[in-house]
Amino acid sequence: METFDLLMQGFSTAATPINLLYAFIGVLLGTAVGVLPGIGPAMAVALLLPVTYSLEPTSAFIMFAGIYYGGMYGGSTTSILLNTPGESSTVITAIEGHKMAKSGRAAQALATAAIGSFVAGTIGTALLVAFAPVVVDFAVSLGDPSYLAIIVLALIAVTAVLGGSKLRGFSALGIGLAIGLVGADPVTGQQRLIFGQPLLVDGLDIVVVAVAIFAVGEALWIAAHLRRKPMQTIPVGRPWMGKQDWKRSWKPWLRGTAYGFPFGALPAGGAEIPTFLSYVTEKKLSKHPEEFGHGAIEGVAGPEAANNASAAGTLTPMLALGLPTNATAAVMLAAFIQFGIQPGPLLFDSEPQLVWALIASLFIGNTLLLLINLPLAPVWAKLLQLPRPYLYAGILFFATLGAYAVNLQTFDLVILLLLGLLGFAMRRYGLPVLPLVIGLILGPRAEESLRTSLQLSAGNISGLWSEPVAVVVYIIVALVLLAPLALKVIHRRRPESVLLGNIPQAPGETAATDDDGSVANGDANGDNDSDNDNDKDHDKDTGSVLPEHAGSSGGGPAEPAGRHRSDEIQNERERS
Amino acid sequence: MKQLVSRLKGRSELGLAALLGAFGVIVILDALSLNVPYSQADPVGPKTLPYIVGALLLVCAVLLAINVLRGGHGEAEGGEDVDLTHPTDWRTVVPLLGAFVLNIALIDTVGWVISGTLLFWGSVWALGSRRYIRDGIISVVMALGTFYGFYLGLGIKLPAGLLEGVL
Repeated sequence: METFDLLMQGFSTAATPINLLYAFIGVLLGTAVGVLPGIGPAMAVALLLPVTYSLEPTSAFIMFAGIYYGGMYGGSTTSILLNTPGESSTVITAIEGHKMAKSGRAAQALATAAIGSFVAGTIGTALLVAFAPVVVDFAVSLGDPSYLAIIVLALIAVTAVLGGSKLRGFSALGIGLAIGLVGADPVTGQQRLIFGQPLLVDGLDIVVVAVAIFAVGEALWIAAHLRRKPMQTIPVGRPWMGKQDWKRSWKPWLRGTAYGFPFGALPAGGAEIPTFLSYVTEKKLSKHPEEFGHGAIEGVAGPEAANNASAAGTLTPMLALGLPTNATAAVMLAAFIQFGIQPGPLLFDSEPQLVWALIASLFIGNTLLLLINLPLAPVWAKLLQLPRPYLYAGILFFATLGAYAVNLQTFDLVILLLLGLLGFAMRRYGLPVLPLVIGLILGPRAEESLRTSLQLSAGNISGLWSEPVAVVVYIIVALVLLAPLALKVIHRRRPESVLLGNIPQAPGETAATDDDGSVANGDANGDNDSDNDNDKDHDKDTGSVLPEHAGSSGGGPAEPAGRHRSDEIQNERERS
Repeated sequence: MKQLVSRLKGRSELGLAALLGAFGVIVILDALSLNVPYSQADPVGPKTLPYIVGALLLVCAVLLAINVLRGGHGEAEGGEDVDLTHPTDWRTVVPLLGAFVLNIALIDTVGWVISGTLLFWGSVWALGSRRYIRDGIISVVMALGTFYGFYLGLGIKLPAGLLEGVL
């Protein structure tokens, strides 16, 4: 009941005219950046950070939330009409969505995507309301050793699970952690990595780093490979759905939501896996399997819902624990830090008004998005005709302006350029950007927890695993790191069964989760095969870092993690 | 020598490994140069994390170099407007960087309105637009608009430079 009261208070804050205005600006901008190629919600929030300094933090975050959700809606429009998904989370939508558009059913594809996003976003946000306080209650009881372990898990999971090459992921993580070291050490005041530059004593401005990596690096990268011929857009009328479309869409929406939310909430869940799982599930359950590959509406409805539900899921660890699990959440956390708000489990206590207004605004923003997306889809599609020179010059222009406006220092522009070139090189050589940003944000917090933990244990290293939660989390970390190794051993022993995706199920797997488990494992194997060299290198590395957990790698460690996910999915299913 | 050259050909990614290694060495050297007495209240001290990070970077650098020499390569990032079939187009990137550097050099002396105009106009030109007049007008409008927008809307006073007193 208390939660409900807080949420109602949140609504009363979010529904003031000025905050409604910011929510509206947010969803408009979000849809626009989602539709526009080359610019996504993470970059949009980063570019807006400097502009929002003078705003009330609550208003700023309401706007950011609108951009975040809006980006999801806009992204589906591009992938359906253009078949060029801007973000990995909408790749699956493009498969069936673009086929539908080509066969003259663009209106229905856009409608099921928008309404499905609304349904999933609303249910997902309701789940966020239900779960976040529970997670907070649990998290505030944790000490520094456990908190450190959870941060380590978040860093490792984002780095090792997402992306193609783990080695390149860890390289990016190292760079991010190193950037986070710059400046005066908060405990002793010792100056690290400042190279005699007094302007570096306060550390690199997180806004400047985010803008450099997300905006400048991206703009330079696209400029270097700009597609010169215009792309074919499919003209579209007003989105609508017939009775048959509704009938075929509502179940995929709910199932997609059930996949999306738990995966979004996991440290390395993201939106790729649940959208993929949703697609496979719908294909299996559909009464019209022959339509898949030629534009089946279920293949749009399910993945789009999964995508939006995972966005809501992502906000759970971000608000409850201060852990970002995707790029937009990372930039929003950077915004908290900029506003002088300490993210973490205490956020709900220290800033209840902000948090609940933010959550309430998600409901409002989601409704606004449905209203502006259904009738206005043809207008949004026109944005795609914006001349590219203006688009990318504009990104550079606003990146420069924003980075300069933070401190009015030319020095920041030099940093912006250098880190922008770094971002360019990372895109060129396939270093993922996310581990860098997460390392930058979580590195200083990990160090703080490390020092407090060992302070409490008077320097005794066993203080790091003095809490049961910490031990459990470190075991999960070890499993995440060693799973590829174990899979490879299985692979070597039973090549034929693994190729077919028939990983032996751990005892206790219920029949209902069989589908999920084998799909996830099959996927993991696929990644593994293409990435053998890196895995090998990486395993050597981890073997030396975590010898004490080597013993626990025995029996198929991939399964517990997989099963954990499947269980959560099933819980979600029962609930919805 | 010739053999070495042929082996290094197309392996520009080794430069990335070298960069990572350099970062690692810098981080560790910097940590070594810190001089902190042991403190009961802070047994970890400010050096521990730099050592860990430096070691991580060095290990990654070595493994990346091995990976590249064995024929591994990172997958370049795709995107809606990205066409990876043609190589890096330096004739776009270099002028773009030029416009950026020009802005850094000029912003404090000539002011944002002029340097911002040059930045936008130069970037649009670098990206291939050749409608000089229209681009110029848009550039001026963007720079002036942001100048007044920041001043009136956010209370941030961007440098007026040469146009001090005019604006």
